[in-house]
Amino acid sequence: MTTAPPKVLVTKIGLDGHDRGSRVVASYLRDAGMEVVYTPPWQDIAAVVKLATEEDVDVIGVSSLATDHLIVPKLMLALEAAGLKDIAVIVGGIVPDAGEALLLEAGVARVFHPGSALEEIAAEIVRLTGARRAANV
Amino acid sequence: MKAGPQKDTLAAILAGERRALARAMSAVENETTAGKVLLHALQPHLGRARVIGITGPPGAGKSTLVNALIGAWLARGASVGVVAVDPSSPFSGGAILGDRIRMGEHQAHERVFIRSLASRGHGGGLSRTAARVVDLLDAAGYDQIMLETVGAGQSEVEVAEIADTRVVVCPPGLGDEVQALKAGILEIADILVVNKCDLPFAERTERELQAMLSLRHHELWTPQVVRTSATSGAGVPALADLIERHGAACASQRRSHGGRVRRLIAASAADWLKRRVETMAGAEIEQLCALVQSGELDYASADLRAIELALRPEYKT
Repeated sequence: MTTAPPKVLVTKIGLDGHDRGSRVVASYLRDAGMEVVYTPPWQDIAAVVKLATEEDVDVIGVSSLATDHLIVPKLMLALEAAGLKDIAVIVGGIVPDAGEALLLEAGVARVFHPGSALEEIAAEIVRLTGARRAANV
Repeated sequence: MKAGPQKDTLAAILAGERRALARAMSAVENETTAGKVLLHALQPHLGRARVIGITGPPGAGKSTLVNALIGAWLARGASVGVVAVDPSSPFSGGAILGDRIRMGEHQAHERVFIRSLASRGHGGGLSRTAARVVDLLDAAGYDQIMLETVGAGQSEVEVAEIADTRVVVCPPGLGDEVQALKAGILEIADILVVNKCDLPFAERTERELQAMLSLRHHELWTPQVVRTSATSGAGVPALADLIERHGAACASQRRSHGGRVRRLIAASAADWLKRRVETMAGAEIEQLCALVQSGELDYASADLRAIELALRPEYKT
């Protein structure tokens, strides 16, 4: 059945506690009809991997406003090691151009910068969910 | 599709392999054919786990109490599964699954598996498939399974049929609301927890609950009241002891009990029928509605007619 709503993890890894953005995005995705697992900031990578495994999310959204995006490549490696390569990862927040290249190279599906439309984020998640589910049938 | 589930999937679930278990939960939650086949194959492997239902009004501290109980079960050497249900929006169908935020303390533990479910429009405080997700954790070998309902009001008592031990969490000082709750979820409680016991009125709430219990007749087990503070851990070992004592005292009334199985079949049959009548298309059902609207047919007769229509093979979905 393909009617199940996308299941998304909205989280923050690292030491930055600015969670306003992740809350805004989580609320919007709920209003867009998605099932959103929300965590507070300061998650460690192992916890995110275990959570993503148990919840079987389609997409992980990482919010980063203070250089935490630099540890996202470690998250990508940990997800791959756990056999979760099929889960798409998107990053939103303050990511300098050089950082974006680093993230995309590490396997991040998409980086959303300040000013991104919420509709655009939701549409990308729907697209990534569809691709994951089609591949996993 | 083959007749049986993939052998590997079945073996992986029985071996408690986390990823396979999580994927199977999605299949079951989304009611796929593969999920149904898998549940059927798992049926002989069920019934070992102890299922503890945790319910109560929103904000009572259910998730925080589940977190504290996870710690208690881990300390006693058990493995712990948690199924936490949060409400889906009636408008968008979306949901924020936030129960496990309160369970962060132990969520990384190797012997813990936590799964969040959205209610997806199902009443009764659970989701339509919550009981089957519990079954998967049972098959995977988790010893203690806690099933947390959405913040529940008076009639969200479905958890009573699914859990071996029913814990109802009440915040102190609800006053008149406690009175209102009396006829509802308080009746299903094996154990009543006055949580946030450091707040004023905790003692009074406990007294009121005791007074209510003293007026009722009980057979195998007399419901107990315990005061906890889920954040400090006060009273939690006592609660865990009570849950174990209840399990021992009511071993003959577990969820595999015949009467309960019958009620669960009744509930799921009613659910099936309701969806069928709501979604079936055709001139006959339209005509039936028109007859009731015009007053030519009463509701009781229309009900029977709708059931007949729903059972017709041509409406198979």
